[in-house]
Amino acid sequence: MAENGKPKLALYWAASCGGCEISVLAIHEKILDVAEAFDIVFWPCVMDFKVSDVEALEDGEIDVCLFNGAIRTDENAHMAHLLRRKSKVMVAYGSCAMEGCMPGLANFYDRERIMQFVYHDSPSTDNPDGVEPQTRTEVPEGELTLPGFWNTVRTLDQIVPVEYFIPGCPPEAKWTEAAINAIISGELPPPGSVIGMDVTVCDECPRERSEKKITRFYRPYEIIPDPDICLLDQGLFCAGIATRAGCGALCPQVNMGCRGCYGPNEGVVDGGARLISAIASVIDAKTPEEIDAVLDTLPDPAGYFYRFTLARSLMERTRLERQNGHKVARPLEEVPRLDPALKE
Amino acid sequence: MTEEKVGVYICHCGNNIAGTIDVEAVSEWAATLPHVAVARDYRFMCSSLGQELVEQDIKELGLTRVVVAACSPHMHEPTFRKACERAGLNPYLMEMANIREHASWVHQHDKEAATEKAKALISGAVKRALELSPLEPSRVPIQEATLVVGGGIAGITTALEIADAGHPVYLVEREPSIGGHMAQLDKTFPTLDCSSCILTPKMFDTGNHPNITLLSYSEVEEVSGYVGNFTVRVRKKARKVNTDLCTGCGECWSRCPAKVVDTVYEAGLGYRTAIYRPFPQAVPKYPVIDVENCIYFQKGTCKACEKFCPTGAIDFEQEDEILELEVGNIVLATGYDLFDARRIPQYGYGRLANVFTSLEFERMVNAAGPTGGKVVLRDGVTEPQSVAIIHCVGSRDKNYNPYCSATCCMAALKFGHLVKEKTDAEVYSFYIDVRAAFKDYEEFYNRVLEEGVHFVRGRVAEVTDAARQPGEEGKLIVQVEDTLIGKQRRIPVDMVILMAAMEPRADAEEIAHLFGVGCSAAGFFTERHPKLDPIATMSDGIFIAGACQGPKDIPATVGQGAAAAARVLTLISQGEVEIEPVRAIIDEERCSGCRICNNLCPYGAIDYIEDPGVSRVNPALCKGCGTCVAACPSQVITGQHFTFESIMSQIEGLLYDVSNGHETYAEPAPLETA
Ligand SMILES: Cc1cc2nc3c(=O)[nH]c(=O)nc-3n(C[C@H](O)[C@H](O)[C@H](O)COP(=O)(O)OP(=O)(O)OC[C@H]3O[C@@H](n4cnc5c(N)ncnc54)[C@H](O)[C@@H]3O)c2cc1C
Ligand code: SF4
Ligand code: SF4
Ligand code: SF4
Repeated sequence: MAENGKPKLALYWAASCGGCEISVLAIHEKILDVAEAFDIVFWPCVMDFKVSDVEALEDGEIDVCLFNGAIRTDENAHMAHLLRRKSKVMVAYGSCAMEGCMPGLANFYDRERIMQFVYHDSPSTDNPDGVEPQTRTEVPEGELTLPGFWNTVRTLDQIVPVEYFIPGCPPEAKWTEAAINAIISGELPPPGSVIGMDVTVCDECPRERSEKKITRFYRPYEIIPDPDICLLDQGLFCAGIATRAGCGALCPQVNMGCRGCYGPNEGVVDGGARLISAIASVIDAKTPEEIDAVLDTLPDPAGYFYRFTLARSLMERTRLERQNGHKVARPLEEVPRLDPALKE
Repeated sequence: MTEEKVGVYICHCGNNIAGTIDVEAVSEWAATLPHVAVARDYRFMCSSLGQELVEQDIKELGLTRVVVAACSPHMHEPTFRKACERAGLNPYLMEMANIREHASWVHQHDKEAATEKAKALISGAVKRALELSPLEPSRVPIQEATLVVGGGIAGITTALEIADAGHPVYLVEREPSIGGHMAQLDKTFPTLDCSSCILTPKMFDTGNHPNITLLSYSEVEEVSGYVGNFTVRVRKKARKVNTDLCTGCGECWSRCPAKVVDTVYEAGLGYRTAIYRPFPQAVPKYPVIDVENCIYFQKGTCKACEKFCPTGAIDFEQEDEILELEVGNIVLATGYDLFDARRIPQYGYGRLANVFTSLEFERMVNAAGPTGGKVVLRDGVTEPQSVAIIHCVGSRDKNYNPYCSATCCMAALKFGHLVKEKTDAEVYSFYIDVRAAFKDYEEFYNRVLEEGVHFVRGRVAEVTDAARQPGEEGKLIVQVEDTLIGKQRRIPVDMVILMAAMEPRADAEEIAHLFGVGCSAAGFFTERHPKLDPIATMSDGIFIAGACQGPKDIPATVGQGAAAAARVLTLISQGEVEIEPVRAIIDEERCSGCRICNNLCPYGAIDYIEDPGVSRVNPALCKGCGTCVAACPSQVITGQHFTFESIMSQIEGLLYDVSNGHETYAEPAPLETA
């Protein structure tokens, strides 16, 4: 608590697009209440703070930290550990921090492959000397450093303990508002909770649905859907069936299938697996050939099913090569969490 | 959960388990697992002493969960559930670990691995047991009437047994008459009694029984409900004959000018008319008009039958009738189809005139058949000088059906005898093995051997009319490797009979789906247990009898038909049935009404409630199969007894040695930390 009696708030972005930052501002004039109610101690996107300002704080001095973005680099991890140590309540804000989101899709590849493509093979790359970024580079003025690039993108709670999760890419303003209100009023749900709903997008979607039988999928440009009938019933891929509600079914209401940005429903361990088994159950085909023919109309299935949740899924990432003695997939608990050095 | 007390019981199963798994070591180890209060190993857990051990521990040690590591739960889950119940523990708090089928039997050659696997299975079972909740079965009353589908000898037997016991039966038969395949046969092996002589009285009784409502020329279209309370919709196809007026005199069919190849009753060997009664002893005795071949229906003029019918029974306007039946139990007795011998082109059926199928031959030797019982070639007059009988056509052949059709060897012997009896022909029987199990069958084989039928061991490669050697012209040549003398042989004959396989009905899969029963890989209906429960299916209240369950002869069919009746009578006399509480429940508050689950339930247990737009499981219909549970994208369907928590815990338990760090694994890739 600051001398003025206001709780201290920090906001930070790690591997993210910046949309979450904008979404905080999307609460409009409510932001004034935030400024009124909180003492903002760190928000590098909006105000001029330095890391040293955070380091100067006492451990646990920050009351709430809204952390968006996945953990992709050493710097992301360092800041996650630092802010965790300084904060009483850590909130994974938005899909990247909560489940990896788009950055997490890089887990279909590894560091070498990503570097190879970006710095050598991509059609737009012009790099005749084959230069790659280094964590340390000697220049006449001295040594330059860059944070190390991880092989695997992690979610925030795979790195540090997290009290609350706010889903969405980005979160809808009303849920940010609800979270802020809860924090201000002190009426917080039990730690570990997701601030949001426990039903799926279909619940908020006004479209009329029937028994499902999918004989083929269409890409959005291939058909003009009926505005009143469930998109999935019309063969347009919609992840709304398996996605936590809260957005108000925004995408389906403008003829665009839900992409799944709110992540799986409450209690679901692996959102992609849920979605796969649901979709697979309603594919109307008998023989393996017929099934293949239907699935052939769904390009990039891994992307469709795990678009937002790969890093948090049971698989976490593609196993590109088997390591010595590596017999089974790692249980989620085994993922490195708190840096022992930083443990309170 | 700290106060839970688990008892773990490891069965030796004589040597079945203890011969491979170190049961003492497993028992000692199990005692160290969290929450395990006692772990014991015992020679036969399913014996009364074994069960008493469990009961005693529940009472004396206050066990709250029981894990029995023994055989498959298919086998003894009910046994141990009952033991728990007797000792006052809710039976659904018992969990089995199958360390016999899943460990000792499959890893007989690696005792150490089998022992480790047994530990993993037990660890999983203990973890799962801790997540189980007590459940209570519910009870519903049973409708007295029974539906029997299929009026072959199996269905006839079942219907008569139940009706004789004083209960109403609806017998639905697709064809115009009951009788099935048995009505087509001439003599029956091994006793050679005349098939229709023994069948006709039963058909007559069935048609006239006060407790049997015979719905011939009818088909079941829809089934809903559950054991004790099925609702069945039956389509009674229009015969175009008013059965109240018809006397079965036959004026109509004797005047009908349309000639149609009879592919059902005469197996394609003879003709019938468009208005027809399949055979003289048909029950019911009334004809039907085959609309597709009727000249009046196709061309608009004729009506010969109407003109000549003395009672004015012909009714061209008659429509199909739909009946709704309420029944408590259903017996499926839909029989078999004969393998289509055209599928083996090298045997020439359909191409070489004098190649016949077994059923064609049955019709040929039958005195009431198209040739009046004379054994002749396709020209209808020439008696064959030599006849080849080829066994296993479409059976025991991985290209068609891997299984043995069980009846064809015996029918082939019967044919050998009949050819000998009716002609002077030489008979060659080409067999792989002669399967003459069961009472008096081997004796019959010996008799046919003595009668001079030549047996040639070997699978026939080809039947051809291309003569290569003198004496082959104008003949059918059977090319075979005689495996007893190790030589290729070419045997010229006049007639070839193909002992075609008994196959599942062409629509068996649809019928299985309609009634919610399973089909085996071969396509026959699946019984609940291949040895101990061959009559019941996985759907309570639905039973199977006769050749629809697998190839079998008449005595075995009749045995099953009677057994099905006994099962139904037991349920009827109980008056009500217990419904397993292991089923799915939808959390309607959280169902988003996406309707993914609506079409999936193999038992039709899920309904969509328009207002408020949620899905609901009918607990009496649900079998707890888990299909919908896995499919619900919201994860709001819970499989009782198989909750997510219990399954995840079981997996954790199974992987205990990995998660406890006994197995080490390398980091997939080292992290670069600053
Ligand atoms: C050539 C040959 C010779 C044989 N000779 C002998 C022998 O000598 N001795 C012996 O013991 N066995 C013999 N058998 C075996 C014998 O035919 C069977 O054991 C017996 O017919 C099986 O009776 P079933 O009632 O199970 O089936 P089926 O006789 O096939 O009867 C089934 C009935 O169900 C009806 N049906 C089918 N589907 C439906 C539906 N969906 N709705 C309503 N009705 C339906 C059919 O129309 C039929 O009437 C022989 C078999 C063959 C192929
Ligand atoms: S369009 Fe999508 S969100 Fe809407 S009802 Fe269909 S599946 Fe659900
Ligand atoms: S578990 Fe679901 S799919 Fe299976 S029987 Fe029950 S309601 Fe039907
Ligand atoms: S699948 Fe689940 S959410 Fe969808 S209708 Fe069925 S129970 Fe409801």
